[in-house]
Amino acid sequence: MRFNRLQIGFLTVALAMIPLGNAFAQYSSQVLARIAEDGVINVGHRESSVPFAYIGDDGEPIGFSIDLCLNIVEAVEDEIGMDVEINWVAVNPQTRIPLMANGTIDLECGSTTNKLSRQEQVDYAYTTFITGTKILTKRDSGINSVDDLAGKAIALAQGTTNERAIKAAIEQRNISDVSIQSVRDHSEGFLALETDRVDAYSTDDVLLFGLIDKARNPDDYAVVGEFLSYDPYALMVPKDDSDYRLLVNRTLVGLFSSGEFHEIYDKWFEPLSIPMSSMLQTAVDTQTFPE
Amino acid sequence: MEYNWDWSVLFQVPYFGWLISGIQWTLLVAGCAWVIAFLLGSLIGVSRTLRNPILRGIGAVYVEVFRGIPLLVQLFIWYFVVPELLPQDAGMWVKRELPQPEFTTAVICLGTYTAARVAEQVRSGLQSLSGDLSNAGRAIGLTERQNYLHIRLPVAYRIILPPLTSEFLTTFKNSSLALTIGVLELTAQSRQIENYTFHGFEAFTAATVIYLVITLSVVAIMRGVDRYLRIPTNAGGSS
Repeated sequence: MRFNRLQIGFLTVALAMIPLGNAFAQYSSQVLARIAEDGVINVGHRESSVPFAYIGDDGEPIGFSIDLCLNIVEAVEDEIGMDVEINWVAVNPQTRIPLMANGTIDLECGSTTNKLSRQEQVDYAYTTFITGTKILTKRDSGINSVDDLAGKAIALAQGTTNERAIKAAIEQRNISDVSIQSVRDHSEGFLALETDRVDAYSTDDVLLFGLIDKARNPDDYAVVGEFLSYDPYALMVPKDDSDYRLLVNRTLVGLFSSGEFHEIYDKWFEPLSIPMSSMLQTAVDTQTFPE
Repeated sequence: MEYNWDWSVLFQVPYFGWLISGIQWTLLVAGCAWVIAFLLGSLIGVSRTLRNPILRGIGAVYVEVFRGIPLLVQLFIWYFVVPELLPQDAGMWVKRELPQPEFTTAVICLGTYTAARVAEQVRSGLQSLSGDLSNAGRAIGLTERQNYLHIRLPVAYRIILPPLTSEFLTTFKNSSLALTIGVLELTAQSRQIENYTFHGFEAFTAATVIYLVITLSVVAIMRGVDRYLRIPTNAGGSS
C-alpha cells in the first residue's frame, strides 16, 4: 500500500487527535470536562448577602461562602491539573435556580437554603451554615414577635424561604391586617424599613445582623422573635453530576477536619459577634466523613 | 441541560389563579398608565406647537427629562426618593395611607414616562399638517383652541395612529418593570410560580405566550380602528 503526502498528512492529524479526545473523556463528570475544556469556572454569587457573599469595597465579591468557593476552585484546579479562570456571575433569589438548572453557573456561593423541592432542579453540597427566619424592626416600633405584626407593614424579598415562612406564620396564627410589601432583595427591603415605608423586614437571622452592621445607625434596629423556619445553607451545584459534587464535598470535609472551616467562620462572623451555634458545630462534626 | 419539565404546574391551584391575577394587574397597570400617557402626552405635545415660549419650554423640558431617564431609575425615584422629598406628613401618607402604593406609583411612573413619548408623536403629527388647515379653521371663525380641538388634533391623531399603537404595546411590555417595586403583575407572578415550584421555564413560557396574545390582540384592534378612521385621501397615513 502506498500513501501520497496528503494522505500521510491526514493520517498524522487523525492519529494526533486520538489522545486529545481521551484527555477530555477521562472525566465522567460533565462539569469538570467542560471546565477542563474552557479553562473557566462560572461561579454564581449574591451581591448583598452579608457576610456570605457581597460586593466588597473594591467591587469584587467577598464573604464566607466566597472563601469556601475559592477553596473549591483550587480543588478543581488540582483535579484537572490546570489553572482555571473564575467567571463571576451575579445571581439573585429569582435567578439562582434557573441559572444553575440551565448550566450557566457551575457553583453558587451565596446564602441558599437547601430544600427538597429545590433538589428537583439542583443539587447541594454539605450544609455550611444553619439559620432561620426572624424579624428585623426599628427599636421603637413596638414589634417583639410575629404576633405584633397585626396592623403593621412588613417587607419580604420575593422568592425567599422567609417570604413563605412569614406568610405561613401569619396565616397559621390568624394575624389580621398585615400589609405585605414585596421587595427584590435585602438591600431594597432594608431601604423600605429605613425610610419607614414598612415597620419590619424579614429574612434569615444572620443576614439581618449583616444588614444592621452595614446600617447608618445600627443602634436603631433590633432582631426580634423566635425562629419561624429552619434554614440550612449549602453551596449549590448542578444536578446529576455526583462526581463533581463529591469533589466539592470532599473539599468541604477537608476544611471541616483541618479546622480551616472554623478559621473562615471566625474571619466573617466574629466582626458581627455571631459565634458558631452549637447546631452548626454538630452539623460540621457529623458531616466530617472519614476519607 | 438537566431539567424536569412539567407543564401541569401551570394549571394547578393556586398557580393558575396567580397567572390570572397577574394578567389582570398587567392590563390594569398598562391601561391606567396609557390613559395618563395619552391625555398628558397630548397636552405636552400641543404645548410644544404653541407660540407661547414659556409653554413650549415647559413641554421641551418635560419631554427631555422623562424621555432621557431610564424607566427603571424613574420607578425607583418615584417609589423611594419622592416620598422623602415631600414634607414629613405628606411623605408618611404616601408611604402608608396611599391605597395600593406600589400600583399607584407604577401607574404614575409609567404614565408620565410614556406621556413624553406620546407628546413627541403628537407634536410631529401636528407639525406635519399643512398651514392651510389652520387657516381654513380661522376663516370660518374658530378660535385657536377650537382649531386644535376640532380640526388639527383629530387629523393629527389619525396620522400618528400607527406609531401610537406601538407606543401602546410598549406600555404593556414596560409594565413588567413594576415588579421591581412589588406589583404582582404577570412577570412577577411567573417568578413567584418559579419560586414555589422551581418550574421557571414553564412559567415564563406561559408569560411569553400571554404577552404575545395581549399585544397581538391590541395590534388587531388598532388595525381595525386605523381602517375605520383612515383619511380617505391619505391611505398611507402620511401626507
